[in-house]
Amino acid sequence: MRQRLPMIVFAAAMAAIPFIPGMPPFWIVLLDNIGLAALVAMGLVLLTGVGGLTSFGQAAFCGFGAYATAVLTTAYGLSPWLTLPLALLVSGIAAVALGLITVRLSGHYLPLGTIAWGLGLFYLFSKLEFLGRNDGISGIPPLSIGAFKMIDPGTIYYAIWSSVLLCALLTTNLLDSRTGRAIRALRRGHVAAEAFGVQTPRAKLLVFIYAAVLAGLSGWLYAHFQRAANPTPFGAQAGIEYLFIAVVGGAGYVWGGVLGATIVVILKEILQSYLPYLFHGEGQLETIVFGILLVALLQLAPTGVWPWLIAHTPFKLHRNRPDTSLTLPPRTRDKAAPSVLLQIDHARKAFGGVIAVNDVSFDVRLREIVALIGPNGAGKSTTFNLITGVLPSSGGTISVLGNKINAAPQEVAKLGIARTFQHVKLVPDMTVLENVAIGAHLRGKAGALASMLRLDRADEAKLLAEAARQIERVGLSAHIDTLAGSLSLGQQRIVEIARALCVDPMLLLLDEPAAGLRHMEKQQLAKLLRELRNSGMSVLLVEHDMGFVMDLADRIVVLDFGTKIAEGAPEAIKANPDVIRAYLGAVA
Amino acid sequence: MLFLLQDGITNGAIYALLGLALVLVFAVTRIILIPQGEFVTYGALTYATLSSGQVPGTARLALAMGIVAFGLDLFAGRRSLQLSLVGRAFAVNVLLPAAILALTYAIAGRQNPIALNIALSLSIVAAIGLFLYRIAFAPIAHTSVLVLLIASVGCHLALQGFGLVFFGAEGQRGPALSNAVFTIDPLRFTGQSIAVYVITLALIAGLGLFFSLTLTGKALRATAVNRLGARLVGIRTALSGQIAFLLASVIGAISGILIVPITTLYYDTGFLIGLKGFVAAIIGGLVSYPLTAIAALLVGGVEAFSSFYASNFKEVIVFTLIIPVLLLRSLAAPAVEEEKD
Repeated sequence: MRQRLPMIVFAAAMAAIPFIPGMPPFWIVLLDNIGLAALVAMGLVLLTGVGGLTSFGQAAFCGFGAYATAVLTTAYGLSPWLTLPLALLVSGIAAVALGLITVRLSGHYLPLGTIAWGLGLFYLFSKLEFLGRNDGISGIPPLSIGAFKMIDPGTIYYAIWSSVLLCALLTTNLLDSRTGRAIRALRRGHVAAEAFGVQTPRAKLLVFIYAAVLAGLSGWLYAHFQRAANPTPFGAQAGIEYLFIAVVGGAGYVWGGVLGATIVVILKEILQSYLPYLFHGEGQLETIVFGILLVALLQLAPTGVWPWLIAHTPFKLHRNRPDTSLTLPPRTRDKAAPSVLLQIDHARKAFGGVIAVNDVSFDVRLREIVALIGPNGAGKSTTFNLITGVLPSSGGTISVLGNKINAAPQEVAKLGIARTFQHVKLVPDMTVLENVAIGAHLRGKAGALASMLRLDRADEAKLLAEAARQIERVGLSAHIDTLAGSLSLGQQRIVEIARALCVDPMLLLLDEPAAGLRHMEKQQLAKLLRELRNSGMSVLLVEHDMGFVMDLADRIVVLDFGTKIAEGAPEAIKANPDVIRAYLGAVA
Repeated sequence: MLFLLQDGITNGAIYALLGLALVLVFAVTRIILIPQGEFVTYGALTYATLSSGQVPGTARLALAMGIVAFGLDLFAGRRSLQLSLVGRAFAVNVLLPAAILALTYAIAGRQNPIALNIALSLSIVAAIGLFLYRIAFAPIAHTSVLVLLIASVGCHLALQGFGLVFFGAEGQRGPALSNAVFTIDPLRFTGQSIAVYVITLALIAGLGLFFSLTLTGKALRATAVNRLGARLVGIRTALSGQIAFLLASVIGAISGILIVPITTLYYDTGFLIGLKGFVAAIIGGLVSYPLTAIAALLVGGVEAFSSFYASNFKEVIVFTLIIPVLLLRSLAAPAVEEEKD
């Protein structure tokens, strides 16, 4: 309840505004426009700020929503309430079609694509006969409940702002869930999330559709507010403006969208009414100011106004400690499992002419710690990437308990292989608990809809409990609510281990886990790894700290230039002349 | 049919120029230069305004931006101000645009040779391009492509707004470079369209030579491949960015001057022309010059044919062209992990 309090106060305040005596109707219209823009901006926050997918084309989705209801109510006489789900469906379907094509694109191709289809759709709206070409469609019926018609701005105000509040609630719920963590991990690249079973293309498509549906809702409301729809508000300019709103408010924050909409809509109003007096020029002067402000903002305050505002309020975010008595069902382990867990048979990887891994074969048995060592460039990390399905292999087979691995990291995670990364891949602006909980992604079931409606709480509590238990196990309980980005590099590596443990893995792949650790921390890590082995887990690690490796490993595999040159117990490896030659260049 | 093809090639040549400039700027600075279209408009309308004997507002804008750039230079170097450096910054940022402005005032109201008008228009737009990089992009040059893209859109908004203030909502045309007309049955060639072909080819060849033979060109290519590496061997990457913007703005202005005698240009036409250059650049993957040039001809051709057969949906067709391209790219492109900040 405590977390909900600010929102309830805000809702009550918004509900009271139209009752303020002497409230100018003009201000209510302004608030209506703010609400409409806030809906689109909220979708953009999720898409761009949280998910890292920049779209300049959101206005086109508003257009889908507005035109859908305009056509259906005027030409077919449907009730506006009936067209609401249809309008959302139309925007959603448009998003699926465009999303399937574009969200797989990396980096800058997506925003460029959105500019292109934003323009294309604008011209389509303004040329199609049944959409009324440039004149658009007028005479759209108002929203009505029984005989009560929401004609004046003061009544549709309630429809608009209850939509805003509802969507803000659903969006915050979504972000604070299993699916939400997957979405928040998107911005930092897909390899880490996929290693824990997140279907990143699906997560991207989901936010894309979600943002489009919010824009469609805004468009539907707009059509019934203006009682007309024409192409202009759905053009490229508007699409750019929505992104501007999100950036101004704070693209990473749901309420940043609402704040940004407030600032920009009011600013625009002021600029439109006063600039012409100052410069006696013809219209559109506000775009100059907008453009300059946008550039200045990116240089001076790239995170937007909302985080600045929050940092200056006395309220501190209250976080509940997860109840660690809840447990997740452990992985079902086959009692009659063969003793060999991981079998690598003539694995090969060629990058063009360079053969990074050349017919390497070795295996990892149950309850065993195997170390993979070799000089830099020996192919250790590439071998890891082959095992975890990040890279497709060029030849040979890799199998886990008899199941062959094909290139799909999510499937490898399901088989019970969890990994850490040589270059730490955590989400720096998520807490340690949230980062670690991504590791338990495959062990939860709740989907996006359940999360929005808070039907996922039982599932979610178990996931967080598991994450908290693993954090305790690696000894980072004191930092459970710290942002991962503010930990030291060594601690971040330990967080990665906790995240991997959340998979309940049979095989743990650790890529240089001891790098950046102090002596005591290394000893604690070795102790933890031995405990894990004794409890039935196998560990395969790449490490350069020879003291650490020789002390810990049951068996060592040595690679040099992509080829296995030795394998055996630590004592034998220390004395192996080939190994000494590889490391020191000659027989020492 | 043939005249459509001819029309397509003329337009395509312009798109090719713009596409090349976009590829150049992206490769060197990672900036997706949305304001490229404004360079076209500014070039064209500055030229048209000068030809009608008036002082274009862009000349004043260049001086204003130069003063801001000078201020930023002073602020950035406030801890180690040396007279020679300050003097040089003042000369480039303030004296140069001031001299151009003075010259435009001096020649206003008279009938001037076309070459003078062209030279002045180019130097005005070049100055704007140079200062634009200094003011808007140099301070955030290290950030992600997305931040740069959003800033780029901001610049587009501002410059387009200024365009409306300077040139008004009315369209303008400029005098042709050559009024020669000749016919090779069934096609009719104007001197202007020949100029478009010749200048486009010359610029492409010139850029090719610049990048393969000169040290500056090689430095730009090095910056394109690896910024950090280029810096380590002593290339000033900020300078590379300025050169890239200089080239892009000059190429944009030339394109504008080439087309303003053929079609009426409005303050916002450049955006659409630039975006079509973009479609070509994207087809070229933002890296390949020859592919971009070929793609630009394709875009021009598609536009010419669709404006004849389905004129209502001309823009829709051109911009939808990008979708299958993106689809192919997304299927072909390996999902590479990007190390983001």
